[in-house]
Parts: sequence; structure tokens; C-alpha cells
Amino acid sequence: MVRLITHNLLACHAKGCTTNNFPLQFKDVSIELREAEFNADFLKGLLPRIEWKALVDAARQLGDTSLPLEQPEMVDDEFLKNLHHVLLEMHIEEGAMVCPNCSHVYAISNGIPNMLLSEHEIA
Amino acid sequence: MSRPELQAPPELYYGDTEAKKYTNNTRVQQIQADMTYRALELLSLPEDEPALLLDIGCGSGLSGEILDEEGYNWIGVDVAPSMLEVALEREVEGDLFLQDIGQGFGFRPGSFDGAISISVLQWLLNAETSHPTSSPPHRLTRFFTTLHSALRNPSRAIFQFYPTSDDQIQLITSIAQKAGFGGGVVVDYPNSKKARKVYLCLFVGSGGAQQVPKGLDGEEEV
Ligand SMILES: [Zn+2]
Repeated sequence: MVRLITHNLLACHAKGCTTNNFPLQFKDVSIELREAEFNADFLKGLLPRIEWKALVDAARQLGDTSLPLEQPEMVDDEFLKNLHHVLLEMHIEEGAMVCPNCSHVYAISNGIPNMLLSEHEIA
Repeated sequence: MSRPELQAPPELYYGDTEAKKYTNNTRVQQIQADMTYRALELLSLPEDEPALLLDIGCGSGLSGEILDEEGYNWIGVDVAPSMLEVALEREVEGDLFLQDIGQGFGFRPGSFDGAISISVLQWLLNAETSHPTSSPPHRLTRFFTTLHSALRNPSRAIFQFYPTSDDQIQLITSIAQKAGFGGGVVVDYPNSKKARKVYLCLFVGSGGAQQVPKGLDGEEEV
């Protein structure tokens, strides 16, 4: 149940890993689509918090090309519908997220990413 | 019998059997629900604005179900895989993470509009090994520092928890303050042995200038 809304907020938290630790890279992922309730106000409130390039890259990696490379200045319904689908309806079920900096692998199993660090990785 | 947090670390204490037993206990459900509603009240989010919340120690999703009902988007973290399994079975809406909060979070700054935590913080007061990163002050510091950064400015984080002494409350609040939080402790029904509940109310940013809410008193609700 990792959705891209969550992936977009997530950086690596291993010890000493403070730069180039976002976004985590998907590896061997399988996804499932599940409908979610559309809420335009929630999406608009979220927009300023989103790292746009990371979101578009992640969506494209998962096979969705509906989002423009640049975040549009004018927000219309079609755009919000696409954004809704990308952020909230694509669920990563299996696979892993890999830190681009320290290469820590956060395995995803049954939709749940394992964020536990081993002792030497704890800050 | 001694308190759960003194018997074993949470991921061991809440194995498959205990996780199901806990979740299906109607008394537990009712108390957890009451405390979740109270935590949301203390969180005092702006009305009619959708929010993204962090549920710290979300367990089997008892609090998450209420967040779903109330229309919040949320992300839940818990260290007990068996609890998360039950949450999956119950089909809660939030994204679930297997995470030890004492190791800190990696969420980008300003990710969440608020955080709640029901019956969890006391688990951080017990060391599991002699390694320096597992001492309670170290874990609390790492937890509060990374949580503070993950929250928006202004916002709040509300923790219902079961301290065993004033020293514990003192330790927790002083570390939270060092991490940048304002706020303090709210005690509901302080004179009732059964209904007494402790909430740590933490404020980020200009929320810190606000008064700590008053505890409930008088007629007990439970
Ligand atoms: Zn890393």
C-alpha cells in the first residue's frame, strides 16, 4: 500500500545519509490499481508540498504518463483527475525502494515497506 | 501482571495471537476510539480543510479507521508486523509502514498537517539492548527531532500515553522541547483512577505560542 503520495514524502533515514537521499528508486515493483474517493480540495492543498519531478518520474516508471513534466500554473479538472489517480490509486504491492545515495534497500512486501534499520545504520 | 511495555519489545509482545486478541477486544476498541476522538479534538485542525496525518504506532488500525471515517488521509507506522497484518485485513485506507519510531523518520520537511499517537510513547521508555542508539533518551531525541521536521509549521502532534511516573513525563517533555516543540501535558479526569488519561500536546512553530488545552474534569464519561 505504498502510494506515490507517500513515496513523494519519503527520503532515506539511514545514518549519515542526508544528501541525494530522495527520491527512493523503485526496483522490481508490482502495482495494483484501487479506486479512491476524489477530493479536489485535498489535492490542491497538497500541490505545494509535492516534489514535482520526483512524482512525474515515479509515475512514468510505473507506466503512467498522464502528468506534464512541468507543474501547470492553471489547475483544471482533467489535471486534478490525473493527479488523483497517480497519487492515490496506484498501490505498490511488492518490490523495493532503493536509496540513490547509500543504496539501502527498503523492501516492500504485501504492500508494506520495511523501514527498519540495522544497528550500524541508526543515527 | 506487569505492564506490556515492561514484558517485551512491542514487535515481540504483539505477536499474531496478541495482535488479534487486542484488536478484537471490544473494551480495547471502545477505549482506543474514545482516545482517538479526544486526540483529534486536541489536534484542533482547521475545520473543513482536508489534512494529511501521521498515525504514530498505528497498530492494527483502530485509530486509523476513525481517521478514515472522519475523512482524513493518513500514513501509519508501527514496529509490530502482526499488528500491521491485522490492519491490512481490516482494509484501512492509510499507507502502512513497518518502522521503529525510535530510529527516526525520513519524511521530507513539512510533510504532515498533524500527528496522533495512541498508547505508544511509553514503549520508547524501555531499552532493548546496551547499544548507545537504543538508550531511551537517544531514541526519544531521534524520534522527536525527525518528527518535528516532518510536521508543517504551524501544526500539532498529540500523544495519549501511559507514563508510570512524573520523571517519565519530565524526560519526554524536556526532550520534545529540545527538539523544538512547544506545548505540554494535558490530564483528563485527573482525580479518577479509571478515567484518568494523559495527553502530550506538542506544537510546531507559531502553534507553540498557543495555550496548552485544558484537561477534562467533572462527570466522568467512562
Ligand atoms: Zn540512504
